[in-house]
Amino acid sequence: MPTVTSQQVESRVVEALASFGPDADQIHRDSTFEELDIDSLDLVELAQIVEDEYGVVLKGDDMKELQSVGDAVDLIVSRADAEA
Amino acid sequence: MKRRVVITGIGAVTPLGVGARTLHERWAAAEVGISDGAGRCEFFEPSEHLTVKEARRLDRFSQLALTAAAEALAQAGWDDGPPSAFDPLRVGCVVATGIGGQLTLESQLDVLRERGPKMVSPLGIPMYMPNAAVAAVSMKYHLQGQAYGVVSACAGGAHAVGSALRMIQYGDADAAVAGGSESTLTPFAFASFGAMQALSPTGISRPFDARRDGFVMGEGAGILVLEEAEAAKARGATILGEVAGYGSTADAHHLTAPEPSGRPAARAIELALEDAGLSPDEIDYVNAHGTSTPLNDAAETAALKRALGEEQAKRIPVSSTKSTIGHLLGAAGAVEAVATVETLRTRIIPPTLGYEVPDPELDLDYVPGEARPLILSNGHPPAAISNSFAFGGHNVTLVIRGADS
Repeated sequence: MPTVTSQQVESRVVEALASFGPDADQIHRDSTFEELDIDSLDLVELAQIVEDEYGVVLKGDDMKELQSVGDAVDLIVSRADAEA
Repeated sequence: MKRRVVITGIGAVTPLGVGARTLHERWAAAEVGISDGAGRCEFFEPSEHLTVKEARRLDRFSQLALTAAAEALAQAGWDDGPPSAFDPLRVGCVVATGIGGQLTLESQLDVLRERGPKMVSPLGIPMYMPNAAVAAVSMKYHLQGQAYGVVSACAGGAHAVGSALRMIQYGDADAAVAGGSESTLTPFAFASFGAMQALSPTGISRPFDARRDGFVMGEGAGILVLEEAEAAKARGATILGEVAGYGSTADAHHLTAPEPSGRPAARAIELALEDAGLSPDEIDYVNAHGTSTPLNDAAETAALKRALGEEQAKRIPVSSTKSTIGHLLGAAGAVEAVATVETLRTRIIPPTLGYEVPDPELDLDYVPGEARPLILSNGHPPAAISNSFAFGGHNVTLVIRGADS
């Protein structure tokens, strides 16, 4: 399985988050979930999308540490690389 | 010492449109919101009323509730939540539903079957739980007093208003937002009600008519803002009416059929009148449960005669909101309370639409044909009763008074 690039993951994460409510053009790598009004239920949905698309399983403990969009992208990419 | 409770805001989303006034005006104009055997809120576009986040996190029944709440709370001057006259911890919220988030439940069951348990949405439960609507209203408007859903099928909306009345009457709260919401127009729900032979095979809602053959299912929501009367006056609120009385009993007779003598239902009417301190001759209008099923309309007629006295019952105009929008199940009692408030406020009684062929057994004044002016019985603010009955044998009557004018 080819590893995914950070850009690919970021663009997928932004698309997913935008579907949860915030405007896509507000969502950047350094946007925090707090300022985007993304809460724990949104992050569980995001984890579900990530698992479905990249086979990366993110648990509650993983998500708890995430503060920003960049944090989420980096975690997904590192897990995908580890499993590749 | 019981406190008085006034109504300062009303809101509705019904098959006749968004708005409490729209509901009453269009019904009074003899317009019918039913098409193809259902009362659908076809015009309702969530994005016109809700943010993207609200819309995607709420089942349609909660979307309808939040939209009706926005109208009611805006009218009360509560756009940003309870005004400073009220402690948010003493503002309650009670919103009923018959079934809850049926659309979400069905769609998530499809996800489970087609894509497996890992793909079931974490939003499933918070969307389809029957208290999802009350949670959404409480959260959006920061209502921190007691908040809960009510489950009593087609009497739920009326039970919700009655429960909110009680919490203010007896000092558990100083204000409350109350109502009901329902959206179950799915093939599964039609099949289920159809299997009971409860639905009209002709798709026509004509309560009390000799040809009535079942109810027509509809969707929608109704919300009322209730305030303790002195607090409402002190803050200068516009008072639309008063929830003056509430009575409730159970048939303990049959899962779906009403007790045919109407005795327990009559007792609910009597209890509501006692609570309001009114006698039958002070009632100017009855907003009937009037489902258009053979059994309900007969039992309700019997109950009205038993509770009000035969002659008095025949004198009072009786009409059914279900003749224009169908049966909104758990929302019905609340939407019909809203329609009753508007009837008393405008002094225009909308008709029982479709009522053309009298049933010899049913001999009240069902307001056939067209709307008529509400004639006051004694010069006091007008008063009405609104009945709600349900599968399970639940009986609820609300007594609503018009505002002093």
